[in-house]
Amino acid sequence: MLTTILIFLPIAAALVIWTVPLPHGWSGGFAFIAAFAEIGLWIGGAARFDYGGELQYTARQDWFSDLGVSYHVGFFGYSLWLAGLAVVVCALAIAYGVWADRERSRAYFGLMLFLTGSIVGVFASQDLLVFYAFFEAMLIPIYVLVGVWGGPRRVAATVLFVIYTMAGSMLMLASIVAFGISQHTFDLVDSGTSGNNWIFLGFAIAFVVKAPLLPFHGWLRKAYTEAPPEVAAILSGVVSKTAVYGFIRIALPKFPGPVDHFRSTILVLAALGLAYGSILAFRQPDIRSVIAYSSLGQMSLIVLGIFSASSTGLDGAVLHSVNHGLVSAVMFLLAGMVERDYGTGEFSRLGGAAKGRPLLASVLMAAGMFTLAVPGSTNFAGEFLILTGVFRQGWGYAAVGAAAMVLAAMYTLRVISAVLHERRGASVPADGPDLRFEQMVIVVPLVACLVALSVWPNAVSGHSFPTSGTTATEASP
Amino acid sequence: MIAASIATPHVDWLALSPALALLGASGVALLGAVLVPGWFRHAFSASIAGAGFVTAGVFAGVVYDRSAQPVALIADSMTRDRWGALAQIILAGAGAVAVLVAWGAKRRDHVGEYYALLAAAGGGMVFFVQAANLMTLFLGLEWFSIALYILCALDTNRARSLEAGLKYLIIGGFGSAILLFGSALVYGATGQLGFHEIAASGRTHEPLLVAGLALILAGMAFKASVAPFHMWTPDVYQGAPTAVTAFMSAATKVAAFAVLYRVLTTAFPANRELWTIAIAVLACASLAIGNLAALVQKDVKRMLAYSSVSHAGFMLLAVAADSALGGRALLYYLIPYAAMSLGAFAVVAARERELQGDVTVESLAGMGWERPFYGAAMWIFMLGAAGFPLTGGMLGKFYVFSAAYDRGWWWLVVVGVVATVVGLYYYLGVVRSMYMRPGRTSTGALRIAPAGGSPPRDPALAVAIGASLVVTVGSFVFVSPLVRLAHDAASTLF
Repeated sequence: MLTTILIFLPIAAALVIWTVPLPHGWSGGFAFIAAFAEIGLWIGGAARFDYGGELQYTARQDWFSDLGVSYHVGFFGYSLWLAGLAVVVCALAIAYGVWADRERSRAYFGLMLFLTGSIVGVFASQDLLVFYAFFEAMLIPIYVLVGVWGGPRRVAATVLFVIYTMAGSMLMLASIVAFGISQHTFDLVDSGTSGNNWIFLGFAIAFVVKAPLLPFHGWLRKAYTEAPPEVAAILSGVVSKTAVYGFIRIALPKFPGPVDHFRSTILVLAALGLAYGSILAFRQPDIRSVIAYSSLGQMSLIVLGIFSASSTGLDGAVLHSVNHGLVSAVMFLLAGMVERDYGTGEFSRLGGAAKGRPLLASVLMAAGMFTLAVPGSTNFAGEFLILTGVFRQGWGYAAVGAAAMVLAAMYTLRVISAVLHERRGASVPADGPDLRFEQMVIVVPLVACLVALSVWPNAVSGHSFPTSGTTATEASP
Repeated sequence: MIAASIATPHVDWLALSPALALLGASGVALLGAVLVPGWFRHAFSASIAGAGFVTAGVFAGVVYDRSAQPVALIADSMTRDRWGALAQIILAGAGAVAVLVAWGAKRRDHVGEYYALLAAAGGGMVFFVQAANLMTLFLGLEWFSIALYILCALDTNRARSLEAGLKYLIIGGFGSAILLFGSALVYGATGQLGFHEIAASGRTHEPLLVAGLALILAGMAFKASVAPFHMWTPDVYQGAPTAVTAFMSAATKVAAFAVLYRVLTTAFPANRELWTIAIAVLACASLAIGNLAALVQKDVKRMLAYSSVSHAGFMLLAVAADSALGGRALLYYLIPYAAMSLGAFAVVAARERELQGDVTVESLAGMGWERPFYGAAMWIFMLGAAGFPLTGGMLGKFYVFSAAYDRGWWWLVVVGVVATVVGLYYYLGVVRSMYMRPGRTSTGALRIAPAGGSPPRDPALAVAIGASLVVTVGSFVFVSPLVRLAHDAASTLF
């Protein structure tokens, strides 16, 4: 029941916003309240969750009985954490929308809430068709949010994004049909395993496009730079994690044979993507492009952990998913604030912003420290677990990962120095405003989550899978 | 004395009641053209036609309820079963919505004839789907086709409308002739007209019968606008009055597919190796041609016409599966398809009335913000046609893919999936135009009410769109009850 409420509360709130003619200012406030109620619900659920157990908070309702499809939802430990990431990031993205005073507010906030609900739905689904429905439903609000409220080249960005993701999803639909018909059920709990490489590839391509992984990342930079910053935060922070859920919930348990068969291919692609994304991030001319390519690298790292065939790597992948979601959200939101305050995110016109702006400097510096995974941070714990896990698959992957950590330090410090230090940029006024209270309210909670996780990374890594409770302890600072 | 000695077949009036209701409505509406004064004629004829469709739907529901077992009627020329009854219910619903779409057009000439023909076409279709031999099949086909030929050409002051009527008449007549020729060959081979008798004749592999089967298939494909027999579709859909287009796109397809499936499974079960392959090839052709041609269309009605060709391809996937699952999938697919297609044309009609001209993808610009209800509705219809969730369109696609895969034809699923991706581009193109383009071009080419101004009031159209919306979304949420209906209907054929 809790799961169903968690999915449909934001969607119901979206319907209210769309149908009730609220005045301009009210819809944002209403959306904000709904999003915070969602966080409260999630905290209540997380507090009562039995992390040693299997699937919980389940609900099952007959839906499409002719093909053995039911509305079946519930949470595992790891999916509960991913859902928590989703509700937190979406709530703060909505807060950003309130601050940015988005025009056509009823459509905008309704779509944001609809997106929240469908993302939570993906993380909760225990039936392939339900998974597919939510996976596709996510695309609808993203398409409009980017296409209407995005930057100047937004339409091209949406077309590219939709073509890439739909090509992946449709292959997945074919695979779902093939898998479900041959298993006589579409339920993820009831169905057995399959050894069919083609069916596996259909799923895998949908997920690697969504993540994205190396040759499927063509949509990434345009979408992340043309989207409104808060939507980019959700895209890179949360939507990409639906691929993580797909890999862990569908690819690994249902296709053990094909996973072994393609393991080295995927690991090589992930390692290449990690190095490639990190190098490209270093060469980008504006803040958001850096974060975009950094996301490519970090998602590749997470995929390394997932396919490491070790519980350590898997724990690390879940922890790092949460870390990366929070970090990239806070970075995109900060980038959006910088763009709004100074009119540009290009390094050539920024610089010297630290002088007289202690709050901006501190928050950006803190977020940057997490991005570059400084030892002691939760990101370091996640990366360390992943590298430990993947080391058994070949020391080369771990070496690439370690090198990428150095690259991450390089591109993050470049962002920090290009925005905060160096000579004062043309777009930065000498005595401009610092982050205001409303802006702090939006970004500080995300940083606080990261700090809390740094104190206790085991909260996620040790509470994701029932069989592994202790693997993260040695990585904790 | 003499009259009593002539043996008349027993007539099951209940089974004929949907067709008779519509025929009656048609007659009364036609009388209205003469007897009712001009100021009241429109309301009178439209209400009568609407009432006819509603009554037919209710009667069809009663027939469905009382036909757990199929019954042969009138010397085995017709059959009363749930397959036909369910198709009749969909047809009646489509007709009622079409009347609502037509209402707001406020026709001034040929009002009575217009609604009379609409009801007559509906009557022909509900008769058609009960056909149990080749004679009644042809009779029903001609009945509704002739009504539609005239309807297409009824706007005699528009050249496009006349062109549409003429094209439809010539090509449709050609299709009917092919069907008739095929029927003759089948009769020549077997000496039988009844579907079950043909199947039982034991001469199922004679070349003459196979040639007849191929011609019957081609004739039906003309009506269902299946590629490569779809050439008339874009021109006719574009030229016909939009309410008629809405009715044709939804109802003709329902009728043609319901009968196609019935003929193939009851009359030619022994030739299934042949016709399943033929259907699969036609499905691939429709998916490819429909989607690729729709990509380059500027006119929304033409685009929707090619989209209907591609939907015919998806429906053929279910026919090609040749199983009870395929039958259910086909019937289910028809429900959201009919709603989406009616709804999309209804929105086009709304825009047409606002602009006083043809609706192109360009001239939809800004509509989403200016007319929020129509915009959101069109958005949902387009997403549904593209196979997105929260609409029955997604489940319909999923269902036909499952049926095709269950038959072992995974490559058909792949073709369908690729076609879906291609189709996405033009469906989303409509959404893009409605929401992501500014409402007015710099040249001020669009004559539209200023944003925020009140659109022309048209409650009937809004009800039509609302009903289509309810069915489109409702068929997603309440799929199980619908599938149960489809299950009972399809099980009468297998």
